[in-house]
Amino acid sequence: MKQFQYVHPSTQQSVLDAINKPGTKIIAGGTNLVDLMKRGVTAPDKLVDINRLPLKGITATKTGLHIGALALNSVVSEDNLVVEKQPLLSMALKSGASPQLRNMATVGGNMMQRTRCTYFYDITMPCNKREPGSGCGALEGFNRMHAIFGASPQCIAVHPSDMCVGLAALDAVVVIAGRKGERRIPFTGFHRLAEDHPETDNHLAKDELIIGVEIPDNNFAKHSYYLKVRDRQSYAFALVSVAAALDIDNGTIRQARLAMGGVAHKPWRLFDAEKALIGKPVSEESFKQAAQIAMQGAKAYQYNAFKLKLAPASITEALKHASGLV
Amino acid sequence: MKIEITSMMPPPADGMSRVDGRLKVTGAAKYSAEYNIKGVTYGVMVGSTIAKGSIKAIDTKAAEHAPGVLTVITYLNSPKVPGYQTENTAAKGMLKIFYDDKIYFNGQPIALVVADTYERALYAASLVKADYNKEQHQTELKSNLNNGVLPYSSKDYVRGQEDAYKSAPVKIEQEYILPTEVHNPMELHAIIARWDADDKITVWDKTQGIKSTQKSIAQAFKLPPDNVQVTAPFVGGAFGAALRTWPHEIAAVLAAKVVKRPVKLVLSRADMFTSVGYRPYTWQKIGIGATADGKLVGITHDATGQTSAYEDFTEGVVNISQLMYASPNVNTRYKIVSLNVNTPTPMRGPGEATGAYALESALDELSYELNIDPIDLRMRNYAQTDPLSGKPYSSKFLNDAYKLGADKIGWSERSQKPGSVTKDGWLVGYGMGAGMFGAYRSSATVTARMMADGTLILQTGVTDIGPGTGTAMVSIASEMMGIPGAKIRVDLGDSSLPPSPTQGGSQITATVGSAVYDACTELKDKFKQLNNGADSADYVGLLKQHNLPQLEVTTLSKNGPEMGKYASYSWSVHFIQVFVNPATGVVKVNKAVSVADAGHIVSPKTAASQIKGGSVMGIGMALMEEVVIDHRYGRLVNNNLADYHMPVHADIPQVEALFVNKPDPNLNPMGAKGMGEIATIGVAAAVANAVYNATGKRIREMPITPDKLI
Repeated sequence: MKQFQYVHPSTQQSVLDAINKPGTKIIAGGTNLVDLMKRGVTAPDKLVDINRLPLKGITATKTGLHIGALALNSVVSEDNLVVEKQPLLSMALKSGASPQLRNMATVGGNMMQRTRCTYFYDITMPCNKREPGSGCGALEGFNRMHAIFGASPQCIAVHPSDMCVGLAALDAVVVIAGRKGERRIPFTGFHRLAEDHPETDNHLAKDELIIGVEIPDNNFAKHSYYLKVRDRQSYAFALVSVAAALDIDNGTIRQARLAMGGVAHKPWRLFDAEKALIGKPVSEESFKQAAQIAMQGAKAYQYNAFKLKLAPASITEALKHASGLV
Repeated sequence: MKIEITSMMPPPADGMSRVDGRLKVTGAAKYSAEYNIKGVTYGVMVGSTIAKGSIKAIDTKAAEHAPGVLTVITYLNSPKVPGYQTENTAAKGMLKIFYDDKIYFNGQPIALVVADTYERALYAASLVKADYNKEQHQTELKSNLNNGVLPYSSKDYVRGQEDAYKSAPVKIEQEYILPTEVHNPMELHAIIARWDADDKITVWDKTQGIKSTQKSIAQAFKLPPDNVQVTAPFVGGAFGAALRTWPHEIAAVLAAKVVKRPVKLVLSRADMFTSVGYRPYTWQKIGIGATADGKLVGITHDATGQTSAYEDFTEGVVNISQLMYASPNVNTRYKIVSLNVNTPTPMRGPGEATGAYALESALDELSYELNIDPIDLRMRNYAQTDPLSGKPYSSKFLNDAYKLGADKIGWSERSQKPGSVTKDGWLVGYGMGAGMFGAYRSSATVTARMMADGTLILQTGVTDIGPGTGTAMVSIASEMMGIPGAKIRVDLGDSSLPPSPTQGGSQITATVGSAVYDACTELKDKFKQLNNGADSADYVGLLKQHNLPQLEVTTLSKNGPEMGKYASYSWSVHFIQVFVNPATGVVKVNKAVSVADAGHIVSPKTAASQIKGGSVMGIGMALMEEVVIDHRYGRLVNNNLADYHMPVHADIPQVEALFVNKPDPNLNPMGAKGMGEIATIGVAAAVANAVYNATGKRIREMPITPDKLI
């Protein structure tokens, strides 16, 4: 690991000043960044530790929940307000990583984590995300974990988070601080597809800081489910995951929210499938139809063709759980 | 330096607790990398990034000039290892580190950076750059099955008629694949090497065999063995990965010579995948035939495993088919293929676990074909004498084990019709698989010393890699001497102690335990003599009476003529109940029961732990463990613990470990047989068979991940 400087400012302004310089990276829980530094994937000159900022709070506002960027994944997942109002987020968080990692990982850091594509981590392999122009090792390589939606020939990696899949489904909003003040963007617009710039994971500018996420109040608490299909029951990334939230009135679906993980370069919101569920009765048939709609445009590679089958099956399964059919 | 393992807890009714447990959980137990050696320096290895070819150029300048760097060793500047054969560099044998420019596998060490801190060594290692002359590599066994060769000193086995299964009324012919698995013990391999004089060295080294490490290092550096001091009082798991001396150990010794300071070399987790062996990727084909009433007609077992390009590795993959059942006709063929990979090494239940996976799967397939219960089918072919030698067994109670396990798991609930039982939307299935492994006893020397205060000290050079060897020794001595375990101390894992064999091959309790037994017998005799020929357990009083500070014996204990008269094996059977999600293909092991016929159980608690650990390893083999190579680069793509999946707690139910617990009257004075290997052998088949029973899907390529079941 390269020698680096380490600073730990205690005000937001001093963090914003510090990250404005090239070669600087923010560190919060460090659960991903430290690995990246150890593997030589990234070698910052300076780490700006933001843990002193007062961004750990979880508060109810008039319109929803505000969760500070530094709130720990473990704390958020157990928080009474979260469990009561947004159980989907709690379930998604508990599906992620391991208890030890969740005790360190923060909400903002979770959003900023990089893909776990093996070609990204091995610096002897080609990877356009790590080294633009070097090629995509996964495209014709071992791509079992890779994308089936929205991939680019430049990069077929997936975003690894579970929490982000939950937040994407719940219409969360990201609160971002910059030198010119705060801005808010919808969670679904925070991460980006690889397209021609796989090196850029999201729309956060280099001199900006995530300070929190807001989840608007909703009627999904009774009918939410996060299903994660993985190779082992903890500490494994999703083969496919599904965040499902339903607002059910007397056996009829009034509103639906669906998002998937492990299938795209960003948390993959299933808007068309959601629409198709509105007004439908709670039934396996409705769910299967929605799952079919969700799969439109899916494309598999050599080792991940199973996802074309697993993804719709998982959507149906998640909806069955959310609706109480099982 | 001597490390004492002291038993602190009184033995509870169900057997003694692990005598070193407190030291381990409090961090007081010291492992190889944890010794604070004055003036120590740190080594970090650099691995090749091609799988075959040679080094065209290697640039170490930047690394050499990096802060704190003492040396960068490559084949260009490495001192010669005197024990390496200088002629014929292509000769098969251990990888000769920093010997020449040849590259045999991806990740092969090409340089060792030594610096004053670990961090500086690690950074400098990233600055070493190599250019290669690349040659076409082969890393895939599946596409090289035609290149299999009969290993040296190995031959095909035929009993009765070859391929007799083909003419049987009911037959199965199937192929099974077990991918490469890595031992991945929790403790990384580590060595600290310190030259004490020009011809004298001390190593604190992770090893399963004190004597074998002493011998290997002595041979490599042409030293008298006694001039090599090896210390390994605690080993944090090994499973076979520390059975031999690896190139990184030679590298550390070399480097310590170059920098004239002690060198500590701790492998990274990624190094663990390419530096210390693995269970080799193995293809198998079983042909098995029976009469309609389930009498075996013949078994044909073919296996091809991978080895490295520089060394032949073989293991007993097909042996189990020669031994397990009373089949009149058996033939086996075993081949190896040289690939551009590092050399495999035995991994718990070495070839037998691989072979049992195929044989016990095939038997299960046959049972469905015959519509006979799998246990019933095994009982119809129960071997009463050793089918290989015709000799009587020194003991065999596998039939008892079948019954114990079947009762415990609720085998009667199993449906013979696959895919027919569901619970809460999950498919439910039961499976079983049996295992066996040779029960051995070799020779060991133990010193037993009674101190004036009534403390008994037991000393021998064996390492305790986790099975509870120290605990078993204390249990035996406690019973023999009639003193509580808390008064007994064991000193292990040091070349200055009396010699003991390598911890491996499920023989240590039978071997070292017997030596403790013999030493205690002899010590008691000595006290008897002091007491005018009368038995007495008042050791303190007798020592005081004779004004003696202590009384000690050193006893060499060996196997006797019984070894030739009998065929000796330990036996196991594993029962698994799985839940399979029909939508997502997720498999959950809901119940696991393992039963061992391992003779008299000397130390019930640690024995149960041993069986449970073996079961976890077998479940991992069946459901998740797999090294993945990108064959375009011949390079591993999951060489870390996030991507190489081993079971976590959430994957494992309460594993029930049961014992037949009938002594083997012939093998040794305690009637004990080994159990390290049989704990794993047969488990993977039990899981795969349960998955079939649940789903009707027979997965013949491990691991059974969700994608294979949807």
